[in-house]
Amino acid sequence: MDKEMYLVLENGEVFKGKSFGAEIDTKDATMGEVVFTTGMAGYLETLTDPSYCGQIVVQTFPLIGNYGLIPSDFESRKCYLKAYIVREWCQEPSNFRSEGAIDTFLKEQGIVGLYGLDTRRLTRTLRENGTMNGCIVSEEKRIPEALEAAKGCHPQGLVQEATCPRNYAEGPEDSKYHVTLVDLGMTDCFKRYLLERGARVHVVGAYTKAEEILKDHPDGILLSNGPGSPEAEPEILAEVKKLAESGVPIFGIDLGHLMLAGALGGKLTKLKHGHRGANQPVRYLPTGRVYISSQNHGYAVDMDGLPQGAKATFVNLNDGTCEGLSYEGIPALSVQFRPGNDEGMVDTGFLFDQFMQMMEVDANAAE
Amino acid sequence: MPLNKDLKKVMVIGSGPIVIGQAAEFDYAGTQACRALQEEGLEVVLINSNPATIMTDEAMADHIYIEPLTLETVKRIIEKEKPDSILSTLGGQTGLTLSMQLAKEGFLESHGVRLLGARPDTIDKAEDRQIFKDTMLSIGEPCIPSKVVNDLESALEFADEIGYPVIIRPAFTLGGTGGGIASDVEEMKEIASNGLRMSPITQILVEKCISGWKEIEFEVIRDAKGNSITVCSMENVDPVGVHTGDSIVLAPAVTLANKEYQMLRTAAINIVQSLGVEGGCNVQFALHPESMEYAVIEVNPRVSRSSALASKATGYPIAKVATKIAIGYTLDEIKNAVTGTTYACFEPTIDYAVVKLPKWPFDKFVYAKRTLGTQMKATGEVMAIGTSFEQALMKAVRGAEISLDTLNMPRLKELSDEEVFSRVSECNDERLFVIFEALKRGMSVEKIHEITMIDEWFLNKLLHLVRFEEELAKTELTQELYHEAKVLGYPDKAIERISGQKIPRHERAVFKMVDTCAAEFAAQTPYFYSTYDEENEAEEFIAAKQDTKPTIIVFGSGPIRIGQGIEFDYASVHCVWSLKKAGYQVAIVNNNPETVSTDFDTADRLYFEPLTPEDVMNIIEVEKPYGVVVAFGGQTAIKLTKFLDQAGVRILGTQADSIDMAEDRERFDELLEELKIKRPQGHTVFTLEEALGAAHDLGYPVLMRPSYVLGGQNMIIAHSDDDIREYMDIILSHNIENPVLIDKYFMGIEIEVDAICDGEDILIPGIMEHIERAGVHSGDSIAVYPAWNLSESLSQKIINHSKKLAVALKTKGLVNIQYVIFDNEVYVIEVNPRSSRTIPYISKVAGVPMVDLATRCMLGEKLKDMGYGTGLYRRPQYMCVKVPVFSFEKLIDVDVQLGPEMKSTGEVLGIGRTLDEALYKGLVAAGYKMKKDGGIFITVRDRDKNEIAEIGEKYAKMGFKLYATAGTAEILRDAGMTVIEVPKIHENPEYNSMTLVESGDINYIISSSAKGRLPQKDSVKIRRKAVEHSIPCLTSLDTANALADSLMSKYSQDNTELVELNDMKH
Repeated sequence: MDKEMYLVLENGEVFKGKSFGAEIDTKDATMGEVVFTTGMAGYLETLTDPSYCGQIVVQTFPLIGNYGLIPSDFESRKCYLKAYIVREWCQEPSNFRSEGAIDTFLKEQGIVGLYGLDTRRLTRTLRENGTMNGCIVSEEKRIPEALEAAKGCHPQGLVQEATCPRNYAEGPEDSKYHVTLVDLGMTDCFKRYLLERGARVHVVGAYTKAEEILKDHPDGILLSNGPGSPEAEPEILAEVKKLAESGVPIFGIDLGHLMLAGALGGKLTKLKHGHRGANQPVRYLPTGRVYISSQNHGYAVDMDGLPQGAKATFVNLNDGTCEGLSYEGIPALSVQFRPGNDEGMVDTGFLFDQFMQMMEVDANAAE
Repeated sequence: MPLNKDLKKVMVIGSGPIVIGQAAEFDYAGTQACRALQEEGLEVVLINSNPATIMTDEAMADHIYIEPLTLETVKRIIEKEKPDSILSTLGGQTGLTLSMQLAKEGFLESHGVRLLGARPDTIDKAEDRQIFKDTMLSIGEPCIPSKVVNDLESALEFADEIGYPVIIRPAFTLGGTGGGIASDVEEMKEIASNGLRMSPITQILVEKCISGWKEIEFEVIRDAKGNSITVCSMENVDPVGVHTGDSIVLAPAVTLANKEYQMLRTAAINIVQSLGVEGGCNVQFALHPESMEYAVIEVNPRVSRSSALASKATGYPIAKVATKIAIGYTLDEIKNAVTGTTYACFEPTIDYAVVKLPKWPFDKFVYAKRTLGTQMKATGEVMAIGTSFEQALMKAVRGAEISLDTLNMPRLKELSDEEVFSRVSECNDERLFVIFEALKRGMSVEKIHEITMIDEWFLNKLLHLVRFEEELAKTELTQELYHEAKVLGYPDKAIERISGQKIPRHERAVFKMVDTCAAEFAAQTPYFYSTYDEENEAEEFIAAKQDTKPTIIVFGSGPIRIGQGIEFDYASVHCVWSLKKAGYQVAIVNNNPETVSTDFDTADRLYFEPLTPEDVMNIIEVEKPYGVVVAFGGQTAIKLTKFLDQAGVRILGTQADSIDMAEDRERFDELLEELKIKRPQGHTVFTLEEALGAAHDLGYPVLMRPSYVLGGQNMIIAHSDDDIREYMDIILSHNIENPVLIDKYFMGIEIEVDAICDGEDILIPGIMEHIERAGVHSGDSIAVYPAWNLSESLSQKIINHSKKLAVALKTKGLVNIQYVIFDNEVYVIEVNPRSSRTIPYISKVAGVPMVDLATRCMLGEKLKDMGYGTGLYRRPQYMCVKVPVFSFEKLIDVDVQLGPEMKSTGEVLGIGRTLDEALYKGLVAAGYKMKKDGGIFITVRDRDKNEIAEIGEKYAKMGFKLYATAGTAEILRDAGMTVIEVPKIHENPEYNSMTLVESGDINYIISSSAKGRLPQKDSVKIRRKAVEHSIPCLTSLDTANALADSLMSKYSQDNTELVELNDMKH
């Protein structure tokens, strides 16, 4: 019988579950912001999404791990989660590409897993109270201690943890487009979309100075997704401001979008429980069309505090929050959601095409 | 775009009678559509020949026509009502095909009627095999290698080219009628020629067989602006090869990695975009289990059975949204009714597992071929929601009413290992249980996967249950182990049985909400399912409502099956509405995803749960109702009566004791004696000797049935000692311990009464008379209302008997009584103090809201205060004829001869000023082509021979050419008719009754035989052949006689009156 474990939330609520993945020492505790994601398929992408860095992630779909472990589907090189909470994990996964069960992966990655609890109750608590910190312990008597720990938990250095340790480049060297991808905790798909469009992608660490980036005269800059909030990273914000003022076309995604808007004076707000899942409807204002998008963020640009000269291009159909911006005088576009041209985000791939076009225009103007 | 302002009056075409492949889901869809249209202030004209539906209720549309769903009739209604538009996509294949024909002929355009929902080119792209293939190719979506052919030769040629096995799919047929898999030339010849014949455009698709691939479905909704969403993905447990209607289905798909899932989702959306669908669309894929290769199997650009399932599985009202889109709205303008705050333009996400299990009619059709393939055979389905696959599957199984509460099928226990292992390869309705048994006996998951190609994910879940049961049997039943059993879906009784131990402390189920969004948003839907967990949302929901009104629980009728169809859903829903009106909070319990009762806005709260004692008790504990209602949910709900009564639950209406009195033979006999009402004499026997003795005492013919089932199951009429021997052999070989009942059988006129009783008074809205004499199950008889040749004295006697019986049984609510009149004497056959099959149509035609009045009686009101009087209600101005509809073409080897066991799946109604007119319309609605020339083949059993001459005469007079087998021919000749004598099958291989039927010279067959059922009998073969060739086959002389009269009448589809239901009552 698997060991019992306790998740203690900041508000004092306790959830009892069982251990899988990495074991937790009796003296140890795992802490982080507890968030839920509503995606039904895509747990591998969730496990390897650096935007979850430092968070305890709850899957609302109860059956997780059904198609096992498929490393080629990972979105980054490792798992950045603090802990993973599911109702039931699949011990006998089935898929022709599967290389094992998720339990093995979590153990390998040292990620604590919790299963067998009322994940719907937990989700409802997070929905009603807003995102909270939580602390996982393996002994009932340590619950009060865990509560204090949860209250005092302030995760820091998330981008530092999630960004790439060293710069590298991929794609044809003689490409017409040299794109610098600022890795704030990137999921690999964005690099892939650029490569698919023939670009040479220079991936640089999150803390790379603007001067250093600009000195190579990139044709475009992509600010990637990543964990946490821009406010926690004033250093990066300052560099993004410089990049924005450089006149090089910029595409901001997720955290990159928040960084860009924040750097240009936009007001950011924390959402009550964030948007995490694969079913978020966003309206593209220029055409009125609605697209279903994949999202993972806890902050948003305040619609009443857009950066000067910025215009909303996308809004969330459910709660009216800002999902995308265009900027007057700056060749930049940014979106809060995860645009894509595979993985079911059939239609928002056009944003990458727009970005390529911006680089084209910019190159023509330069000639 | 908001509502299109040009629209004022919309016509909705329903789907007609329930047949296999087109069941109650279209009543649910049609009802949602009508409501959605009315909500927008549009005038609605509705046509549907099915009187048992809720959509044909007076409040559902402004103008309602229960008229034949034929092109001619629909045209006439359009000319009369002048709608400006017609909604084509909510009435199943029937509605779609009719709409398309109207559009293609230019009729709609010339009458200024706009086609809503789907354009003809969209329908063609989806339904015409070749255009579909071309369209898919043009957008780069892979199809299965296939070819459309119009003759057998080309079919054989192509099959040769792509290699066997191949699948044959006829164009434009319901539920794949006439299709199949051919593994060699011989099979190909048979199936292909049959398919060509079944297709209205003589066209079939021959395609490469990809059996064993995963079968994945997506429900997509698209609006005119191009916004598209997928509502739900579904994975068939049974891989490609078994019709999706016959597959166990899990929602959402689970064995697909995100890459595969997104690949198919993208493909589904691309397809729907390319077809230009505006509304709901179902897309079916085959996915290679070991590569990313896939193929599009089929696209249905309309609301379907799968969309009903997806709707109920997610809470997303597809039919309603599709309707709003059809009249101009876009997805981002339609509110999500579940949350009330978000919009319909999002993709539902669920936090539970949903399992659908088909309900097959093989318990009724013991000789039917049980093999499952591309031809759908299920009559209905159950859905179950759980937090795990195991839990949902277990709920589905115990809710399917197949006498199982786990996956252990007792019969399989007796088989040897070899027998069990070899049966794993048989793809039939019992395969799930055979696999479970095989796993228990040690067959490996890999091996079973190899044989069945069922994904190992599912097999491992079954193995999990096997292992768990092993543990349960050998370890101490701790509270923790018990909890685990509950989470896996085991009822207490099963836990005790398997473990051999008493359960520790009973654990209460908790209820979770179905909210389309996995709790991301606060939802307002009172839609719940049970599980074993921490938080009880139903309890919370009820407490938060602070409603002081008392609560009543209504139990629904479960899956659609032969004998218990949509009528009981009609009654359940009406009961809910009446209770709400009377000031109660109402909770409904049902597990059928195809119905209106399981729409979350029908009652105050919906519990999507199996209707078994433990499951309903869980709900009672949460709801703490003032009382419960069992009278409207058919046998499913009635079966709960005893248990509920013993558990001290207040049953509203007729009490358990009365129900028992009506069902228990001895008690019922005593009652009749007391009331001095006659019934056919009978005996109870256990052995063959006793049976023979009883039969001799009563005199043949006698009616035989086991005492443990009701409703005509396993009944026969015995005419000789041989019949008795054969029957008793079957019964005794099944080790049935209950006695067999033998009754004197009267070949009389059957009369049926539906009445409402308040305990003192009775209101009879009408007396029905069957065209067929007793012996044909009342559900299969053509019934006429009001009775047309009942003498005043007999009529009075029936009214008196009915009142006496209803009052003596202390009936409060509905009661259905069947009588037989023989030699001018009234005998009672059966009394059912509950709702019956005929309630919906009698209510509509008589204009008496029977369920409403019955519900009020249950609550204590008196009939005399309700304004409808007491005694026999006034005679309506119209005659109505209910005609049964069968699904024989779907059920291979089933004898079509009618008898005491019910065989029909649905019914239609003909309404006219005279019996002739009503009968004519009823027959047309039931699908009779009413051909007035050609040949008629007559071959009847000896005891029918003295009556056949008179009937033959009628056909002869009309100019039919008479064919008959020797015995029958002699009678007809003696009566002065010209007859062509036809040899029996074995008498002449070149020319015989079979070749005659195949020749195409025959338009009608009258066939009866002393014994039917056995597929190898000549008579059964001929009748089956008739089904294959769509030749009406009349097995009762009364039906044949009525048909002749109708053919001779002056009526045609051009001159019948179009009766508007709402006008008719005024």
